[in-house]
Amino acid sequence: MSHIRRDVMKKTLVNGARFDGRAMDEFRPIEIQRGAITTAEGSAIAKIGDTKVLAAIKFDVVKPFNDRPEEGVLTTNAELLPAASPSFEPGPPNEYSIELARVVDRAIRSTECIDTKSFFIEPEKALGLYIDLYVLNHDGNFTDAATLAATAALMDTKVPKVENNKIVRGSVDRMLNPSRLAVSTTMIKVGDYWLLDPSRDEEKVLESTITIATTDDKVCAVQKGKGALTKTEFLDLIDIAFKRGKDIRGILKG
Amino acid sequence: MSSEKTEVQLIIDGKRVDGRSPDDMRNIRVEAGVLGEADGSSYVEWGGNKITCGVYGPRECIPKHDSSPYHSIVKCRYMMSPFASSEEHSRSGPSRRSTELSKVIREVFENLIISEKFPNTQIDIYIDVLQAEGGTRTASVTAAAVALANAGIPMKDMVSAVAVGKAGGVMLLDLGKFEDNFGQSDMPIALSARDKKILLLQMDGMLTKEEIEKALDMAEAGCVELHQVQADALRRFYEGGEKESFRF
Repeated sequence: MSHIRRDVMKKTLVNGARFDGRAMDEFRPIEIQRGAITTAEGSAIAKIGDTKVLAAIKFDVVKPFNDRPEEGVLTTNAELLPAASPSFEPGPPNEYSIELARVVDRAIRSTECIDTKSFFIEPEKALGLYIDLYVLNHDGNFTDAATLAATAALMDTKVPKVENNKIVRGSVDRMLNPSRLAVSTTMIKVGDYWLLDPSRDEEKVLESTITIATTDDKVCAVQKGKGALTKTEFLDLIDIAFKRGKDIRGILKG
Repeated sequence: MSSEKTEVQLIIDGKRVDGRSPDDMRNIRVEAGVLGEADGSSYVEWGGNKITCGVYGPRECIPKHDSSPYHSIVKCRYMMSPFASSEEHSRSGPSRRSTELSKVIREVFENLIISEKFPNTQIDIYIDVLQAEGGTRTASVTAAAVALANAGIPMKDMVSAVAVGKAGGVMLLDLGKFEDNFGQSDMPIALSARDKKILLLQMDGMLTKEEIEKALDMAEAGCVELHQVQADALRRFYEGGEKESFRF
């Protein structure tokens, strides 16, 4: 972004207005497309404005962790595809893709919405559930789009049958039916204002940022990024995240 | 994290597994200037955590294309040794976890270091966890603040960090490893010393807003105590006086 555009952008935001005319607490239009990938056991593409994230769920038979020998394993990975943004580059995962995967993982894992005990097959064998997040197009706020895609994909997931310790591909034993829906809300601060669902240009001038993931009545993950905030600000942002979470859960259940 | 119905008893008669009260911290020892070659350094012993931190810079930014003509670039590398945990030998080198922690710790100090004073340079913060017993990221922030001050790098404020969590259904200050593994929630928090701004904040597990509010108050009390320990370490180093010979 040019310095002139950056300066004008910042000045506009400091005066309490957004470039695209949105209110400070206004999300861009949200669209969820379930079952986009038929080779996966569950999938969804979440769009927030022009930001698109694909989440795909696959199962494999894996060895459980030593400290949880009778439970399945949940693994989350994220890819910032180089085609998705001029600022993404090919190569091994960087700190942004790792952070994205870990924040989404934490939000979903904390809710205990997946009964990983039901993934146990026999000693040393359990189902492993992989969540792969592909950021297809990045116009800001890929964290919220990724959480949305992941939650939607889990709602779409069919647990396959297991015979002789092997997954019968294409079979359906049951729907996964996550018991709680984690939704994340990312907010950034520019000047005196906190705003929701930042666009890519707005992210370039942010001073502080925080992501708060919620279920109906609990906060299930928090990740503060750049900048600083006061205790009062944080507690106010939790209220906003609960309100936003309720709206978005409505769309998910839609 | 595990559910409320945890089989492990974490609170017995209002006391924690190691005998602490809910708002007690573990024993903490901080030393400044322990690594002679570094521009600034520190050592923190916090319960069973043993952490060294070395700071270099401001020095030439490499690679050059990372540098900025407006400010110094802060770089942070948090590493856990393969022998740091009492369980199996882990792989050396960066992990997904250490990559994330390096990022959030760097973001703490980007707020504090007056980096505009040193254009085209970088400041390196190297944190090595030699032994771990829960709460290494908060101990690392506490250590790095002392090492940066020891390196004479101008900062707007000091910072201290401590985790608050929920285990056995009770909110606890400074979670130990056991409480973290079998508890319901963990929330590491870093607060600046003077204006109590939140500089690091992460959370997992499930908490209500009221519990989070309580956690913030407990963390603030803990950070006041920590700041005193950090300031004492620096004072001991600069005032000379009775310098106890340093031992890991």
